[in-house]
Amino acid sequence: MDLKRTVKFEADRDPEFARWVSQTVGGERIRHCLQCGLCSGKCPLSLYMDYTPRRLMHLSREGFKEEVLGSTSIWLCTACYACMVECPKEINITHLLYALKRRAIEEGRYPRRFAIPIMARQFSQMVRGSGRITESWLIMQVFLRSAIWRLLGMSRLGLKLLRRGRMPLKRERIQRRAEISALLDSVEATRKELAL
Amino acid sequence: MKYAYYPGCSLRGTGRAYEESLLAVFRALDIDVEEIDDWNCCGATTYMSVDELTSYALAGRNLALAAREHSDIIAPCAACYLVLQKTQHYMREYPNIKLLVTRALSAIGLTYREQVRVRHPLDVLLNDIGLKDIGRKVKVPLNGLKIAPYYGCQIVRPYSTFDDQGDPTSMDRLLEACGAKIVRYTLKTRCCGGSQKGTLPEVGLDLIHYLLSEALKNGAEVIATVCPLCQFNLESFQKEAGDRHHPASIPVLYFSQLMALALGASGDSIGLRRGLVPIEPVLANKEIAYA
Repeated sequence: MDLKRTVKFEADRDPEFARWVSQTVGGERIRHCLQCGLCSGKCPLSLYMDYTPRRLMHLSREGFKEEVLGSTSIWLCTACYACMVECPKEINITHLLYALKRRAIEEGRYPRRFAIPIMARQFSQMVRGSGRITESWLIMQVFLRSAIWRLLGMSRLGLKLLRRGRMPLKRERIQRRAEISALLDSVEATRKELAL
Repeated sequence: MKYAYYPGCSLRGTGRAYEESLLAVFRALDIDVEEIDDWNCCGATTYMSVDELTSYALAGRNLALAAREHSDIIAPCAACYLVLQKTQHYMREYPNIKLLVTRALSAIGLTYREQVRVRHPLDVLLNDIGLKDIGRKVKVPLNGLKIAPYYGCQIVRPYSTFDDQGDPTSMDRLLEACGAKIVRYTLKTRCCGGSQKGTLPEVGLDLIHYLLSEALKNGAEVIATVCPLCQFNLESFQKEAGDRHHPASIPVLYFSQLMALALGASGDSIGLRRGLVPIEPVLANKEIAYA
């Protein structure tokens, strides 16, 4: 029998994580959370989550880093903003969820070949290189790196879209691509200077 | 007035019919638009998950390019529309983000102007043109075609002010002005799953199925959408979603395709044949004699 303690102790908290949450973009007002649960009620994905948005808000502000960054909730959030516009305390819940997702990606807390971080990485690389996204290439790259067997299942849909002119294979590119690199370089420089 | 037009990447791919039909609607209503010169990807929801600060700079470039000659930007794609607005909000709220974006823009010779307004086509059509003028220009009334109006999330939330965030009606009214009948659709702003069909497929299919079956249950003959990702999700996975639950098949069009038809555009010019679930039988059944 695999028995585990079901109640969390205060000693399990990570005060550093709690501090980070309350200072990150989106988390500033988290101390005001009433635990009313409107966010969980409005969330179309809460039915699938291990920690509903209300619970996630509480765990985050108290510093239960393991539970928060290990939860399925941060990957299920689609950023539909249903929670955020309802929050009576005007907490930027969706923006905080983004921050938690970024933190989990940074710390590598996801299963191998998990499609969401792969998609995020491929997407940003394509924007860096071309300035625009070519959907057909992005989809192929994501499936090649995450679930190659699903490419086969997708190929029928791909062909249908191709025949209807909706899957152009020609790469979309902007003309002044040097501007994108200059833009990104400048962001990096400011980020370092201001320690953002 | 001439509007800056920001199509975004999807309207050059899966969402081509959105662009074709929207431009047809603009032409029919004498709305003058000019594509933003050398626009780049907005970053969508995905870039935000990797590097938030960079995504503001990317959106900032589009805002600055548009602001050189225009006061209003039309952004038809939900993700583009939201990201541009979010960038403006964050630059107002966080001095550091403003500094970062302003510097990045000046590195490429651009200046950020706060006044530029980010607009959705629904907003422009309803508030700048108006139902009366649109109604007058209808050539092929939609003969009571029963439409479920699906707005999705990021057009109405969290920043836009032109419509209600829980029960928007702008698309309902525009389509009614074209002779359609709007059916009750309480899930009109519920999420379609976004990119989840690709990343967490079972969950994506569930969300898609709820939306399809609710539309059919309420007697809709077609679902009208305002977002390329919503349109793609609802249309492309009907069989898979049906296999998982119970069969549900219904054509899914862009609201602009339906409006363009009513305003006299030909089916071929607005990408009617690009759809995966054919709309032609429905239109024939309603005796809508479009060009």
